[in-house]
Amino acid sequence: MAANKKTTFDPVGVLNEVEDQFEMFQILNEEGEIVNEEEMPDLTDEELVQLMERMVYVRILDQRSISLNRQGRLGFYAPTAGQEASQLASHFAMKKEDFILPGYRDVPQIVFHGLPLHQAFLWSRGHYGGGDIPEGVNVFPPQIIIGAQYVQAAGIALGFQKRKADAVALTYTGDGGTSQGDFYEGINFAGAFKAPAVFIIQNNQYAISTPRELQTAAKTLAQKGVAAGIPSILVDGMDALAVYKATKDARDRAVAGEGPTLIETMCYRYGPHTMAGDDPTRYRTSEIDDEWGKKDPVVRFRKFLEAKGLWTEEQENEVIERAKEDVKEAIKLADAAPKQKVTDFLEIMYDGEMPFNVKEQYDIYKEKESK
Amino acid sequence: MAQMTMIQAITDAMRNELQQDENVLVFGEDVGLNGGVFRATEGLQKEFGESRVFDTPLAESGIGGLAIGLALTDFRPVMEIQFFGFLYEVMDSISGQMARQYFRTAGKMKAPITVRSPFGGGVATPEMHADSFEGLVASQPGLKVVIPSSPYDAKGLLISSIRDNNPVIFLEHMKLYRSFREEVPEEEYTIPLGKAAVKREGSDLSIITYGAMVHESLKAAETLEEEGYSVEVIDLRTIQPLDVETIIESVKKTNRAIVVQEAQRQAGIASNVVSEIMERAVLHLEAPVLRVTAPDTVYPFAQGENVWLPDAKDIEETAKKVLTF
Repeated sequence: MAANKKTTFDPVGVLNEVEDQFEMFQILNEEGEIVNEEEMPDLTDEELVQLMERMVYVRILDQRSISLNRQGRLGFYAPTAGQEASQLASHFAMKKEDFILPGYRDVPQIVFHGLPLHQAFLWSRGHYGGGDIPEGVNVFPPQIIIGAQYVQAAGIALGFQKRKADAVALTYTGDGGTSQGDFYEGINFAGAFKAPAVFIIQNNQYAISTPRELQTAAKTLAQKGVAAGIPSILVDGMDALAVYKATKDARDRAVAGEGPTLIETMCYRYGPHTMAGDDPTRYRTSEIDDEWGKKDPVVRFRKFLEAKGLWTEEQENEVIERAKEDVKEAIKLADAAPKQKVTDFLEIMYDGEMPFNVKEQYDIYKEKESK
Repeated sequence: MAQMTMIQAITDAMRNELQQDENVLVFGEDVGLNGGVFRATEGLQKEFGESRVFDTPLAESGIGGLAIGLALTDFRPVMEIQFFGFLYEVMDSISGQMARQYFRTAGKMKAPITVRSPFGGGVATPEMHADSFEGLVASQPGLKVVIPSSPYDAKGLLISSIRDNNPVIFLEHMKLYRSFREEVPEEEYTIPLGKAAVKREGSDLSIITYGAMVHESLKAAETLEEEGYSVEVIDLRTIQPLDVETIIESVKKTNRAIVVQEAQRQAGIASNVVSEIMERAVLHLEAPVLRVTAPDTVYPFAQGENVWLPDAKDIEETAKKVLTF
């Protein structure tokens, strides 16, 4: 950059100027009214209904999963209620050939990308069948190491670029995850290679008990894209239309060869961090819960569709019944999965010939298992 | 045949693989235009183009993630970590991710990644360049760990590593890069992973070793021979998985063994070798199996390498303890 004689030394001014750029992008307000007609995404009535169906379905899936977890019929589970717009409207902008790298809370996206529900349940229980992704379904199992999915997304995106594929890598992390080194390396690599990746930060306000303010002094998380030199946007994550529009635009730019985008979706999880003993009443007040309760993405989108005459109570009940049926069916299928054996584990350690130690142990366990 | 240094043999192996498989990609810090800080990738970008051989930003973890993502789009990545001391930055990508990928996807998604990285002492590098961290990766299920000690082995083992569908850590000892030349076939050939080589036959003592210590052990063996001892030297070549068969066969013949490594006593893989011998050949032993290792301190300041690194003298000394036990 050329020196400008008029440039003054004003780092505070620069910071304020940058932070002021990141205003929240919204299309649908809390009453379900369009407040940003210009940015209305190009979705047919059928698509709008389909998106609503998915959000309702996942709200039920979340309720059922929590209850199944409490009954001991599911294992690890990270609640999703409140994040339906953020998770499903962003995924709705994707195509089948796109590759999804989910975090541990992002099971709904990979289910709608083609992972059978009973496999999602097997993943929750801790069974290898959960990671046995069907051929042609471009998803990775949920990533437990926060940030790892970001550097891997950069790699997949570079792979797509080299293959000249019309596809993008889409990945998700939370607000806490933006403090990781891999978060920065991921967006920076994708930027340096101009790779077709869409990075989503689901800012649900808390990383377990740690509020977002303790992660960083940055006013927004979206502005972290500036450090990578990539476009970034702050979106109302409780607004399905805004999330869809931002992700769709990011995808379009990516496949056009214009590189990655970072999207912060401002949202909220109504439930605990996970079902493994987290108690949000220790760190969240009921006032905050109430405030975000009014922003419910499902309620908001329902109002919008009802006003358009596209949604009825019957439709909603149908989806609810379907979701409950699917869950029942999926749990049955998960129950029917074979019990895991040590020889199964040894078989999936290496492709090709088993290394000496693995083969030796395989024979020992084969013998044990035959008794 | 051509006379090659180990670094030339390594370049030759990568050139061969870039040529025969269009999915092979070579990348890392300064491996492109610059040809690598040790010239390991010299000329490769010019020959195969920037889309096959390319530089990355300076971030090891990102490089590991890049390799994983590229493997998920069916490429065969050969990534370089400039010095293995920088492993800690990329430990998750290697041990937490690529090593486990086949397992966690029930065999659906492979990670045919080769991680090339220089290490090893004796060349007065600054901090965190020479550390022997092979023990860390050898303890991670899902990885194979290869350490060649000669130009011939380096080429054959690197071709095998690149063709392996599992992640392979390929560690190149800096002191061996240009220390000697050897006849290396110009055409392609492979050396199976997990197979040791008997570098010298003997009947009184087995020295089991790898990396730069192979040469120190051979030196020691010569001296010991002058004193009337017949010493067998086994170069492990792959330290994970171990070639237990070759080790045990040798011990059953010689009835005495020492294990030699450059790493500290609490590190490396010597203890694994001792355990395998104890479990499989204890009744064949005339003496305990002793280890030659570096002391359990942090890798030394450059000027202290000469007193710290194990060498032929240390090996002779320990060998005699075992021979005269």
